[in-house]
Amino acid sequence: MTNQRPTLRQFSGAAGTRLLGFGSAQGNRVVTNDDLSELVETNDEWIRQRVGIIERRLADKDQTLVDMAVEAGAKAVANAGVSTSDVDTVIVATCTMPGNIPNAAAQTADRIGIKSPAAFDLNAACAGFPYSLMVASDMIRGGSAQRVLVIGAERFTDWLDWTDRANCIIFGDGAGAAVVGPAEEPGIGPVAWGSAGDLVDLIYLRDGRYIYQEGKSVFRWATTQIAPIAERAVELAGLQLSDIDVLVPHQANLRIVESIAKKLKQRGARDDLRVADDIVHSGNTSSASIPIALDHMNSAGRISSGDVMLLVGFGAGLSYAAQVVICP
Amino acid sequence: MSSIEEIQKGLAEIVEEVAGVAADDVSVDKSFVDDLDIDSLSMVEIAVQAEDKFGVKIPDDELANLKTVGDAVNYIASNA
Repeated sequence: MTNQRPTLRQFSGAAGTRLLGFGSAQGNRVVTNDDLSELVETNDEWIRQRVGIIERRLADKDQTLVDMAVEAGAKAVANAGVSTSDVDTVIVATCTMPGNIPNAAAQTADRIGIKSPAAFDLNAACAGFPYSLMVASDMIRGGSAQRVLVIGAERFTDWLDWTDRANCIIFGDGAGAAVVGPAEEPGIGPVAWGSAGDLVDLIYLRDGRYIYQEGKSVFRWATTQIAPIAERAVELAGLQLSDIDVLVPHQANLRIVESIAKKLKQRGARDDLRVADDIVHSGNTSSASIPIALDHMNSAGRISSGDVMLLVGFGAGLSYAAQVVICP
Repeated sequence: MSSIEEIQKGLAEIVEEVAGVAADDVSVDKSFVDDLDIDSLSMVEIAVQAEDKFGVKIPDDELANLKTVGDAVNYIASNA
């Protein structure tokens, strides 16, 4: 007797995907290094030298993570020139929601006016945006989605110990977003990603409450291990480092950003490579830092349509991800 | 295996490249922090380059103990 089993139908989607537009939002309060020196034993010169931050943006008391995600997401949808009814999936990359339930994505989508989309949060810490971008791209290529709103959103204010001068000076609050859609000409390259769970103790919540990192060890990891990941993403896309116009590393620390850029230039990236330095006025906003930097560079005319941009995120987990994208 | 003199010369070159301190100023009696104004992150960069150059492991925990150029030279000489 033959066992007649039903065959499931499968979908496949567009051959390629691309970014369609950007948006961002930040904490309402501008907090300078001098402001911080009134709270903890620190000073402007020390902070500028160690992390390259001049000021960061922190959320108002009543400005929630979701508020910032909504603002950034709505701007990205408008900037992409699509309507909310075109968006069928919302991914929020975040690691600082006040609780695990509910997630940020569903309520963010609803407030933007996107009706009943697939909506979920993704936690790959500071690598969250490139991770989410790849998931979004593969969902479209696999036929599970048509247009995906990807948002990185963080509110570190809730997780800072204002007596820990090594850590509280680093972080900021904000959200950045991009819309991903189908394309005939590929605009999002393959991902180079992974994790290093053996180094989980380098970045964690101290006492379950306060963001803490082993500064020297994280610096060593980021300045030695991340440039090769970025280079791998360029290889996977079938390009050379000399093809890259813009480098947007996670804005962890300006010295890490500069170190990654220097290493890539030693390996063949051009001297006129434009490098995101958004941390200087935004602070480290984890999963939001790459899309905020993209949106700011876009608004300032520092990137333009067709630019070949290399994104690389890295952070707690440890997690990392890089890909090449084309500026919309 | 490098001699003490070779280690000191090589380390001085690394310090000059990382921190912009003239190699001639990087003598064994100098304190990295107090005399050469090198911060903890630059020390990590110096350690990473020294590891490559001399085939030695310099863990982050150990870095805090290397107060002077001489401490670093001796550590590299006995662990390479």
